[in-house]
Amino acid sequence: MKEITIKDTPGIKRRGFMTGVIYTLASLMGGVFATSVSTYLLGNPGTEDSGWADAGDISDLQPGAPQQVSFSRSREDGWRLQNEKASAWIVIDDRTHVTAFSPRCTHLGCAYHWQANRNEFVCPCHGSVFSKNGDVVSGPANRPLDRYAVKVNGDRLWLGPIEAANHSQNS
Amino acid sequence: MKAAIYRAGKWFEERTGLGTACRHFLFEDIPASSGWPQVFGSICLFLFLTQVLTGILLAFNYAPTPGDAYKSVSYILERVAAGKMIHGLHHWGASLMIVAVFLHMAQVFIYGAYKRPREATWLAGVALLLLTLAFGLTGYLLPWDNRAYWGTVVTAQIMASVPFAGPVLTQLIGAANGIGVVTFSRFYALHTLLLPGVTGLLIAFHIYLVRRHGAAPAPSDNGNTQKFYPKQAFRDVIAVFAVFVVLFAAAAFLQVPLERIADPTDISYVPRPEWYFLFLFQLLKLFEGKMEVIGTVVLPTLAVLALIILPFANRVHTRMLTGRIHAGAAVVLVFSIWAGLTATAERSTPKPFHSLRVPREAAQWAQIPPEQIAGFGYFRSSNCGSCHNLLVGTPKAGPNLGHAGVRHPKEWLIQHFRSPQPSSAPLHLSLPKLNALSLFVENVRPESVSLLDRMSAQYISGVQMFVVSGCISCHKVNGAGGGVGPALNGLGNRRGEQWVIDHFADPQRLSPGSIMPRYPFSKSDEDALLTYLFSLPD
Repeated sequence: MKEITIKDTPGIKRRGFMTGVIYTLASLMGGVFATSVSTYLLGNPGTEDSGWADAGDISDLQPGAPQQVSFSRSREDGWRLQNEKASAWIVIDDRTHVTAFSPRCTHLGCAYHWQANRNEFVCPCHGSVFSKNGDVVSGPANRPLDRYAVKVNGDRLWLGPIEAANHSQNS
Repeated sequence: MKAAIYRAGKWFEERTGLGTACRHFLFEDIPASSGWPQVFGSICLFLFLTQVLTGILLAFNYAPTPGDAYKSVSYILERVAAGKMIHGLHHWGASLMIVAVFLHMAQVFIYGAYKRPREATWLAGVALLLLTLAFGLTGYLLPWDNRAYWGTVVTAQIMASVPFAGPVLTQLIGAANGIGVVTFSRFYALHTLLLPGVTGLLIAFHIYLVRRHGAAPAPSDNGNTQKFYPKQAFRDVIAVFAVFVVLFAAAAFLQVPLERIADPTDISYVPRPEWYFLFLFQLLKLFEGKMEVIGTVVLPTLAVLALIILPFANRVHTRMLTGRIHAGAAVVLVFSIWAGLTATAERSTPKPFHSLRVPREAAQWAQIPPEQIAGFGYFRSSNCGSCHNLLVGTPKAGPNLGHAGVRHPKEWLIQHFRSPQPSSAPLHLSLPKLNALSLFVENVRPESVSLLDRMSAQYISGVQMFVVSGCISCHKVNGAGGGVGPALNGLGNRRGEQWVIDHFADPQRLSPGSIMPRYPFSKSDEDALLTYLFSLPD
């Protein structure tokens, strides 16, 4: 009964109202700021770049042993559009089955090379070894070589974004 | 659990004393006469903190070099999530800050709150006003568009005209050899390092002085006091919230002007300062030749001096409302002069064409012949892609247009567009449009398709406007086209946007003897066409 009397006192009631408004509005403003800031910092700007680049004439490449090709591609880097040289290791089984490996070892990103006498890709940094189809033969790398998306259009070889290999594809 | 929280709170309080400090602030005695007129200080503080926060956020995605600054601002506006919002908050926050600082000063002035013993509080406030203006001046250059560049050229020339100190000031802002990379870096350093630090310290000092002398009582004060919390805090929060709503609405609904990238050769550009400096801009016009220094230096200096000596000159120790009528009249007079000058400047200065922003890759796009770009637009809008791939993709009913061998004579193509097989609807396009489409189809190449794919819709529609208006029959683009009119490459370096717009409307007025007909374009067509024309490289 006593408590109700205190709540009914006009001064106390007004004080409670003002305190409520202060905290509500302050929280509302804080919430809007926090949402804007986190959207700004965590949102992904995405890319307008399709990621596809012309990597040359496929008839220049021989089926069989992997060959390294260099090509230039444009890449969006924040507000810059970079034209940069890129390379890929290309393995052609026949004209319809082309694989293009990213030239970086999946262990720590060193450039690996093809050793024809061993018939394997070997990374000079930490000794990872990959088979011709990109599978790990021996570590420290623990996943197969990454691949470019590949499209063949007429005689032109087009390489797209780099994707992690789906292991079942390799087997 | 409750006991643990209590113990943690107690530990924190014993080590930092922050709780006590906050309580001191909240339960400070203030005059009972305080009310709504006293909320402006809190608004200024809120806006300053908002500027600091949004400024830091902008710096996360901003490249402070003239080459990249513009591109990074475009990137923030176009690509970063909520980038337009954060940029808008910073831009409109700056304007609101100027308004809030002036209202705060006017209130202090009318209430005589600057008088003994609060002279130092007033002087710190005057310094804060000048710092706020300095923020506006230095921040203006940072987007590095034409507006920024040419506005700063004028600022630098005004500084150079200051008697005796001119050369030193010009050297200080790095403009001795014109506005360039050095000026830019110095403005950036001032705007993001020196000014925020000094302003932060001065605000702390200002608030310390307010606490030391207590809040000034209103003219009607009867000596009673009340606690700051919750009554005055409630008013402050309501006022801050109103400003918060206005600020977010401005950021969400108003476009922040970003013009073309700064072009020092664009001599047709008419610089125009931010609205709060427009009165100064107009003031300069009243004084010509050697007298100009009166407008640029003497009057502004006198105004600042008047603010500085005010608390010492007016020593009458009264804050009665009747005694403040003169003060109120003075504020109204100053405001009227300011508003008059601003309105005159607003009317007499051409507004820049600010919606035009040439896309970053446009110079690269412009290498493709305009008919092919227009044709690509018709390919898209006529939905040709439902039957034809351009390069790669899952097989479709019609042949892939990128394959060598799918080549037909133009007549065959136009016939095909008019009655495509087997079941598609015929294209109802005019002959110039069908010609453009056939030129595009005849020239599908991987390198052009990858560029075309990235073009903005507005850019393509500008090129289409260019093609269907027949501009190419009189003007050369990339060496192709008629020779009656001037070649259009590099137009953006020779002419301003407004000139070109006026020229469309009445070519003979600007180029007497020209045989070009009038082109009454709609605003959106004009924007699109200008985007294309101004992207054409030299």
